[in-house]
Amino acid sequence: MMRKQDIYNITFGGIGGQGIITASELLGWAALYDGCCVKKSEVHGMSQRGGSVESHVRFGKQVYSPLVGVGQADFLVCFHPDEHARLKPFLRKGGIDLMPYLEKVQQIADNPRAVNTALMGVLATFLPIRSDSWEQAMQKVFKPSILEVNRQMFSRAMALVK
Amino acid sequence: MARKPSLEKAFLSGNEALARGAWQAGLKVACAYPGTPSTQILEALAEYPEVDVQWSVNEKTAFEVAYAAAVGGVRALFACKHVGLNVAMDPLMTAAYTGVNAGFVAVVCDDPQMHSSQNEQDTRWAGVYAKLPILEPSSPSEALDFIQHAFDISEQYDTPVIVRMTTRVCHSKEDVPCGGSRKEVPVRPLERNMRKYVMVPANARARHEEVEKRLLKLKALSERSRLNRIEMNSPSLGFITDSVSYLYLKEVFPDASYLKLGFLYPFCDEKIRKFAKSVKRLMVVEELDPFIEEHIKSLGISKVQGKHPSYRLGELDQDLVRSLAAGKPKKVKPRPGRAPRLCAGCPHWSIFSVLKKLDVFVAGDIGCYTLGTLPPTSALHTCLCMGAGVTFNEGLRRAHPEEKIVGLVGDSTFVHMGIPGLINAAYNKARGIIFILDNSTTAMTGGQQHPATGKTIRNEPTKRLDLKALCQACGADYVDVIDPQGKVKELEELVKQRLTADALSVIIVQHPCVLLK
Repeated sequence: MMRKQDIYNITFGGIGGQGIITASELLGWAALYDGCCVKKSEVHGMSQRGGSVESHVRFGKQVYSPLVGVGQADFLVCFHPDEHARLKPFLRKGGIDLMPYLEKVQQIADNPRAVNTALMGVLATFLPIRSDSWEQAMQKVFKPSILEVNRQMFSRAMALVK
Repeated sequence: MARKPSLEKAFLSGNEALARGAWQAGLKVACAYPGTPSTQILEALAEYPEVDVQWSVNEKTAFEVAYAAAVGGVRALFACKHVGLNVAMDPLMTAAYTGVNAGFVAVVCDDPQMHSSQNEQDTRWAGVYAKLPILEPSSPSEALDFIQHAFDISEQYDTPVIVRMTTRVCHSKEDVPCGGSRKEVPVRPLERNMRKYVMVPANARARHEEVEKRLLKLKALSERSRLNRIEMNSPSLGFITDSVSYLYLKEVFPDASYLKLGFLYPFCDEKIRKFAKSVKRLMVVEELDPFIEEHIKSLGISKVQGKHPSYRLGELDQDLVRSLAAGKPKKVKPRPGRAPRLCAGCPHWSIFSVLKKLDVFVAGDIGCYTLGTLPPTSALHTCLCMGAGVTFNEGLRRAHPEEKIVGLVGDSTFVHMGIPGLINAAYNKARGIIFILDNSTTAMTGGQQHPATGKTIRNEPTKRLDLKALCQACGADYVDVIDPQGKVKELEELVKQRLTADALSVIIVQHPCVLLK
């Protein structure tokens, strides 16, 4: 886990249809249930038709801007290797790039649709958000029919991080 | 880091928070046509059973139905994207004269950076042009608050109110306190007040006088409004700002002083003068046009610094407000991303492959199929506004009667504004083919119902518009309906046949969107 800091900045990216918005939604609710101020920003519409998708989540004591500035992200969660070079500039010096985990979660994910939840399990190991809050967030974001599958994927992915 | 929320909180977008606030304000009727970034306002309102919501045929219709409900005596809301307001300008301009009975708010969502739009027009000018008040929230929490305020202002000052948001306000989410309950507002009686509601010249002249008087009263309200807030910190640097720019600035210049404009128009001139006097260096930071800047300069406040003209394009962020404040021109490192394209399995691929092969000039329209202009198909040659795929076929053919020209429009867009163009073409003896790409949804905005799907916003069955019968009634000589799935050759043959006919043809290419559940 990282040292506690005032604001956590996370940049998500990939291409339309990969579940990026759901992933950042999950983090947003988890941070909210943990009692934080939280903001998230992304763009809907034309870009979602297979184009590049980017989402930013910021949480902490007090957050103003919904966007993560260039060189400000503590974490980069990239869902597609082709998008990595484009998103890399967001990562701050010393920030954590979850790219090395993409292939690992793809191996444990039963289907491509679960990769987003798996990556969130990896991210959760680095963040000071209680497991209760993640659980509440999953109940909020996932329909009952897919909740259990996602819950399991989340914990299996957490175990990937030593 | 744990900080217990004092109120019930939810993680809401600006659109969802605005819907929540409108519901709390006792909203009874809401109308819109889908348009990014405004679409989720109506989708969120559809979750509240107390509100009568509808996808209207287009923005003019939506505005009029909602506004008439307010004239009738219930609180009503119209929502649209910036270019949607152009379609509703006719009723808006005169609704400014006729005023309201119960509260009426027009929520208009601009799209700086054109994430999903054809232009970058700045709706703040509409306040000046229509002589209407504009409120501008910076965040979802403010959207929830301001919309309630907007209904009160509308009723107290007998005026439609514009609430202007931008993509980053509509689509950003934050923790929003939403413990408030709904305030039921009694239905007001139907008034037969012809001097107020029948805009013949004699009545309209009297109403225009009222509009001018009302603007002065609204100006006084703007002066004392808590929505125009002075935050005094260090006097060495002061910002006058609005919308999401305020949040970017607070991040970068936490020690500066602020005049944060939430009741944007009419301007609070006295507050602006007072703030200008209290700071050493005064800057205006705003997205798009120098709307606030030009007004402040017109007050004779010469020390105000605006932005380099390069910032009139696109949106701002933390990095850009830093360079803007330093007086530097806008410099953005390009981060070229993957361009959007038609989905794998999209039914539109087949018609574009045919049109590309036949090498015809394609007048396009607004929707997913606009992506047909991009490689690999590159087979769409114009796209201006809703419905222009139909009218461009006619106009281009008037310039070049011998060219192979066709028009192309989606099902939802055809119903929105394509129908008058088709009647016009038939009436004025135009030729050519109008393709209606019917994927049975409003796909680009995320899949909304429309009259030809036969379902309402709440997915209830309703009367279904019969596109084939409609096109025949408009006067098309041939109307064919074809499912292109596995029938590309037949589609090509049909197109070739109709291209050579001396006739006005409609070909409805019908297959559901792959994203439909």
